[in-house]
Amino acid sequence: MAIQRRTLLAAGTAAVAARSGFRSARAQAANTIRIGVLSDMSGPYRDTTGPGSVVLTQQAVQDFGSRGFNVEVLQADHQNKPDVGANIARQWFDQGVDVVVDLPTSSVALAVNNIAREKNKVHLNSGAATSDLTGTQCSPNTVHWTYDTYMLAKSTGAAIVKTGGDSWYFITADYAFGHALERDTGNFVRAQGGRVLGAARYPFPATTDFSAFLLQAQASRAKVLGMANASTDTVNTIKAAREFGLHRTMKLAALLMGVVDVKSLGLESGQGLLLTESFYWDLNPRTRALTERVRAKNENRPPAMVPAGCYGAVLHYLKAVAEMGVAQAKASGVDAVARMKALPCDDDAFGPGTIRADGRKLHPAFLFEVKAPAESRNPWDLYKLAATTPGEEVFRPLADGNCPLVRS
Amino acid sequence: MDDIFGIPAPLLFGQLLLGLINGAFYAMLSLGLAVIFGLLNIVNMAHGAQFMMGAFAAWMLLAWFGIGYWWALIIAPIIVGITGIILEKLFISKLYKLDHLYGLLLTFGLALIIEGVFRNEFGSSGLPYRIPAELSGAWDLGFMFMPIYRGWVVIAALVLCLATWLIIEKTRLGAYLRAATERAELVQAFGVNVPRMVTLTYGFGVALAAVGGVLAAPIYSVNPQMGSNLIIVVFAVVVIGGMGSILGAILTGFALGVVEGLTKVFWPEASATVIFVIMAIVLVARPAGLFGRA
Repeated sequence: MAIQRRTLLAAGTAAVAARSGFRSARAQAANTIRIGVLSDMSGPYRDTTGPGSVVLTQQAVQDFGSRGFNVEVLQADHQNKPDVGANIARQWFDQGVDVVVDLPTSSVALAVNNIAREKNKVHLNSGAATSDLTGTQCSPNTVHWTYDTYMLAKSTGAAIVKTGGDSWYFITADYAFGHALERDTGNFVRAQGGRVLGAARYPFPATTDFSAFLLQAQASRAKVLGMANASTDTVNTIKAAREFGLHRTMKLAALLMGVVDVKSLGLESGQGLLLTESFYWDLNPRTRALTERVRAKNENRPPAMVPAGCYGAVLHYLKAVAEMGVAQAKASGVDAVARMKALPCDDDAFGPGTIRADGRKLHPAFLFEVKAPAESRNPWDLYKLAATTPGEEVFRPLADGNCPLVRS
Repeated sequence: MDDIFGIPAPLLFGQLLLGLINGAFYAMLSLGLAVIFGLLNIVNMAHGAQFMMGAFAAWMLLAWFGIGYWWALIIAPIIVGITGIILEKLFISKLYKLDHLYGLLLTFGLALIIEGVFRNEFGSSGLPYRIPAELSGAWDLGFMFMPIYRGWVVIAALVLCLATWLIIEKTRLGAYLRAATERAELVQAFGVNVPRMVTLTYGFGVALAAVGGVLAAPIYSVNPQMGSNLIIVVFAVVVIGGMGSILGAILTGFALGVVEGLTKVFWPEASATVIFVIMAIVLVARPAGLFGRA
């Protein structure tokens, strides 16, 4: 009996608390910025984006500290499907989410881009490759932070032509992303006086064995093998190229590759590869400090490039919010992004930088060479820096993107 | 240099050889499927996942226990085979009396679960596995560079396929197995433990997939979805060869590897489709498959 009465009492108190809590919760919501990390949590890009992007977003919130408003971080899996991503984003925006972050997979990013604009929210993109986000599809609600196809093509492509690789053969994933990467790289090769001798476009994602295409590449007598593909496909192409001795006669150019892919390939097969990233954990004291802060939360790995981009973008957004006030930031995504563009950027992952009128974040691109096993001092010591291109040079010139926002 | 249909002859020979190598994987995997279907009447959709488990088992043996490639070639299939036996005992054995569709759905579900668990544990990007030192390097054949390891894959696959065919077609054990598929009650009446034999057969089929996985580990990225791309093609191979026909699976596996290899030269974009076009034609002309008995 006694127990029952006590339970009843406790329940009554809870109800009273809940009612007063409800009022304060509403007041709190007005003073809370809600950030949704929308990423690939279970598919092929999970290891380069997904959970790592959530960890780095949370780290940005933590490093930003408390400045008179609350920040809440949500997460969801868009499964690399535009319809799934669009539905989640729409639902989030209707439920008071102010910002979506990450959005790897170009098709999903482009779909959500429109919704963020329609609902006047903010889209901070780190994971998608397509340069259309700051080109024909540019939006006043969007910042494209980390990298894009143009910058990859320019940094890696131009560097290889400069070292004498003036004839190319492409192995290309037969869909929009692969075609864009092949086209952009081919343009740079030709602009530098090089030639493109051919391309094998393989069915994606139904191809596991690349040796047949490698043999054709070899027969073309090109000096460079351009791999216009990503993740597992790139790893399998490089593995086979080593096996068939292609690396003795051709230079291998992995056009989109990151630490996670190199790790999965192994240094034995990866050594000597040239690739481009805008973030590497062991670049300078600031990137190393950031790595130390997140390593334990990030499955004991250093952050990869795309999660680092989420960190930089979210931190910069929060600074803009602090300047303009939560109420205005929540009311208008366009205003928030405009404030982000007006404010100079500086964070531990990318250092100082700026955001251009078309939404393009400018920071240097780094050309890395993959280390040989003997040169590597620890399990994540993978790269040596080969060249640095300033942001103003490596990204597409503002005038060439056909972004409607900058047309005068 | 002589051209054949506008393609230099050396390139064509190279592609034929590569086709044969890929065919070796198709043959090995479709063999396991054919054995399981022929003797258990189960369409084993988990075969791709079990191929992947073989590759992962090899990686785990090396990374966690320091056990190298050659031992992995024996131990990994045993481990994966045992997991197959457990699956058969727990789930699959309940379905023998039902329509094929139930077995297909069950094993498909199992494949999704297995792949999901591996993706959660090991991520999606893949793990490195080195070619054993004894088999690294390549022969210069004049018209192409032939990696020694790929040569080994073809030989291993041929030996394995022949041995399996001999066991099933020419030994007393194989005779029991074949008899049990025809009239299980009768064979049981002769004192043969049919359920146990069926369980072991499933374990054997699964172990065959795992051997394929170990052989694939050094040349392909070891990742949770490595089997799901392959399994669809392998199913087509089994259908073309004739469901349940051991010899059909082996021959069709090699032949389709070659056809696919040639398509990669003449029309790379169609290389994933060509096998299904052939499947459609075969199904129209010979519904039981090239080597099947209607």
